[in-house]
Amino acid sequence: MSTSRQYELVYIVTPEATEQDVADLHTQIEQIIQRYHGTLDKTENWGRRKLAYEIGKHREGTYVVETITGSGELMKEIDRRLRVLDSVIRHLAVRVDEDLQKAERTRSARQENSARRRVARGLPAERQPGEGRGDADQMDDMEAEVSR
Amino acid sequence: MREERGGRGGRDKDKKDGKGGDAPRRGGFFRRRRVCKFCAEKIDYVNYKDVRLLAPFLPERGKIQPRRISGTCALHQRKLQVAIKRARQLALIPYVTD
Repeated sequence: MSTSRQYELVYIVTPEATEQDVADLHTQIEQIIQRYHGTLDKTENWGRRKLAYEIGKHREGTYVVETITGSGELMKEIDRRLRVLDSVIRHLAVRVDEDLQKAERTRSARQENSARRRVARGLPAERQPGEGRGDADQMDDMEAEVSR
Repeated sequence: MREERGGRGGRDKDKKDGKGGDAPRRGGFFRRRRVCKFCAEKIDYVNYKDVRLLAPFLPERGKIQPRRISGTCALHQRKLQVAIKRARQLALIPYVTD
């Protein structure tokens, strides 16, 4: 079994498509995911949105964001299918697991650092309510700037 | 957040005019404090779907604002660059504006 990775898929459906069309497209993708033993983690429909530039002859489109966990082969198949469909005017699949993991690691490292420094200064590890917006190690004038 | 455009326009003008009388303005230009927005707000993941986050780094023409002007740190400028390019592909932000 191939390795499982998390991807984010965004596709733009033509404005002419009805809600039913969009739903059909979604079930199509779901079926592909099932066939390749992946999982659909999250779906987000942004609805109709104006495009920043014209794609073909379209000025707006329906945006759908799907978070998928699965193999590279699965994404390859989805990519192929979306490319064939005329109702999808643009799509982008991005691998996100590594970036999110990295972000999480820096976040927890920062938290640990701050907790350690706070303890070293004789303060409780966690920031107390009403202590201000920034962390304790932040400069005072910056805090003032932010809260203004 | 920061007013960058005025400052940049001013500098370009200074270059053409030569050195006559631009000393005080230049002083103001260099004294501006620049902090990386992503470091200050502790944004670890630059989300390409968040247009409101990316918009301040795209001046009128839609080009990516250089680091020397926005003050973004190298790490975050790199992430920002990727995010902006992804957002462009998805027609969330324009490639060019004229």
